[in-house]
Amino acid sequence: MTSTAPFGARLDDVVVQFGKNRRMLANGTVVKDEASTALDGATVTIRPGTITGVLGRNGAGKTTMLSLLAAFTRPTGGTVVVGPEGAEEDPWENSWITSGTQLVRESGDLINDDKVSTSLKYYADMRPDWSAETAERLLDVFEVDLRKKPSALSRGKRSAVGATIGLATRAPLTIFDEVYLGMDAPTRYAFYDELLADYAAHPRTILLSSHLVEEVERLFEDVMVIDGGRVLLAESADQMRARGFSLTGAKDAVGRLAEGRRVLHRQQLGATVQVTLEGALDDDELAAASAAGVEVGAVPVQDLFVRLTDPRGVPS
Amino acid sequence: MFDGPEPIYVQIATWIRAQVLAGELGEEEQVMSTTQFATTFRINPATAAKAFSGLVDEGVLYKRRGVGMFVAPGARQALLADHRKHYFEDVLAPVLQQADILGITTDEIVAYVLGAEGERTSDPHTKEES
Repeated sequence: MTSTAPFGARLDDVVVQFGKNRRMLANGTVVKDEASTALDGATVTIRPGTITGVLGRNGAGKTTMLSLLAAFTRPTGGTVVVGPEGAEEDPWENSWITSGTQLVRESGDLINDDKVSTSLKYYADMRPDWSAETAERLLDVFEVDLRKKPSALSRGKRSAVGATIGLATRAPLTIFDEVYLGMDAPTRYAFYDELLADYAAHPRTILLSSHLVEEVERLFEDVMVIDGGRVLLAESADQMRARGFSLTGAKDAVGRLAEGRRVLHRQQLGATVQVTLEGALDDDELAAASAAGVEVGAVPVQDLFVRLTDPRGVPS
Repeated sequence: MFDGPEPIYVQIATWIRAQVLAGELGEEEQVMSTTQFATTFRINPATAAKAFSGLVDEGVLYKRRGVGMFVAPGARQALLADHRKHYFEDVLAPVLQQADILGITTDEIVAYVLGAEGERTSDPHTKEES
């Protein structure tokens, strides 16, 4: 069992800017570039004990946010607190929080010029809830040779070592930042299965960022979407799925049902139209849809995510 | 599995009810644990737990402390009664409404039902399926 209660986290109006760059032009003048803003007023609460999905396009600020929680980065403005419910503190100032927070980055954070077993020993010494048994079993599942140096491992195997460390740590807050990179499909599914089984046996807070939304959306209890350095939405996965629905059927019938609703997406195949709409249908509308031969469908989280973060805006 | 328009926990509950109705899950039979369910179908354990606790509230399942979830005695009968009650309103009414739109007469429907009924009663296996 983990010895500490699952950690929650709260970000309040967090801004992170990375330093000003000076660069010299060809004619010798030095110009100062504006600081780049990774997070721009991000506010969110992460519920303790949940598996929360962190979704966002490239450069949206996902990695910066996850680094803040693990105290790898300090906010330029705003506050970050992490900890068990009711006792959240600034992770930057409290080592008990960082020792209970495991961030698995895509690099894996391994000791590259020594055997994999050396990296594992390092994590075993650092993490109070480390399960050597879990680590051994997972490396066997992922077929990683402990005697090899991480630099001699393939991309996917290095990711598998990172995934193993994340699970074996059993930290009250465990963060997987795009840990699946390079893993083949069977390895990814093995990772999802192990994650669910270990989470069920040892409840803790897990954050998982991924671009493979379709593969992971059903693992999530909560979902957060980051866009342009801000938190676009943070809610339960069920709530997010209830944000939209699709209608497929004859153009006129679909048009009548879609009237007055925000259309997220529209596709036409001959006389048949499929629209993705915001909101939900009430019972009367559902009956009307079925009477008109219009099929009502769910919208995968992936599609909602794509529509909500589409820079070209929403077609009306 | 579980990719319909309703929330996943609703779909799980519907699936378990259907299994009880069909007799695939017998009364007093143990159902999968939340963890087994979550890992088998690769879904969040909280989602599975939400479905199960809903079914406990409905009286379809009951919990034996430290052992697991079981199908409640009388669950199938209760579900049968409930589903029969809603059959005409929820299933048959829309079908008849559609028939009306298509101009299919009541006589045609009755003839079809009687014909199908004849087949159904002549072959017990078909009856079980429908």
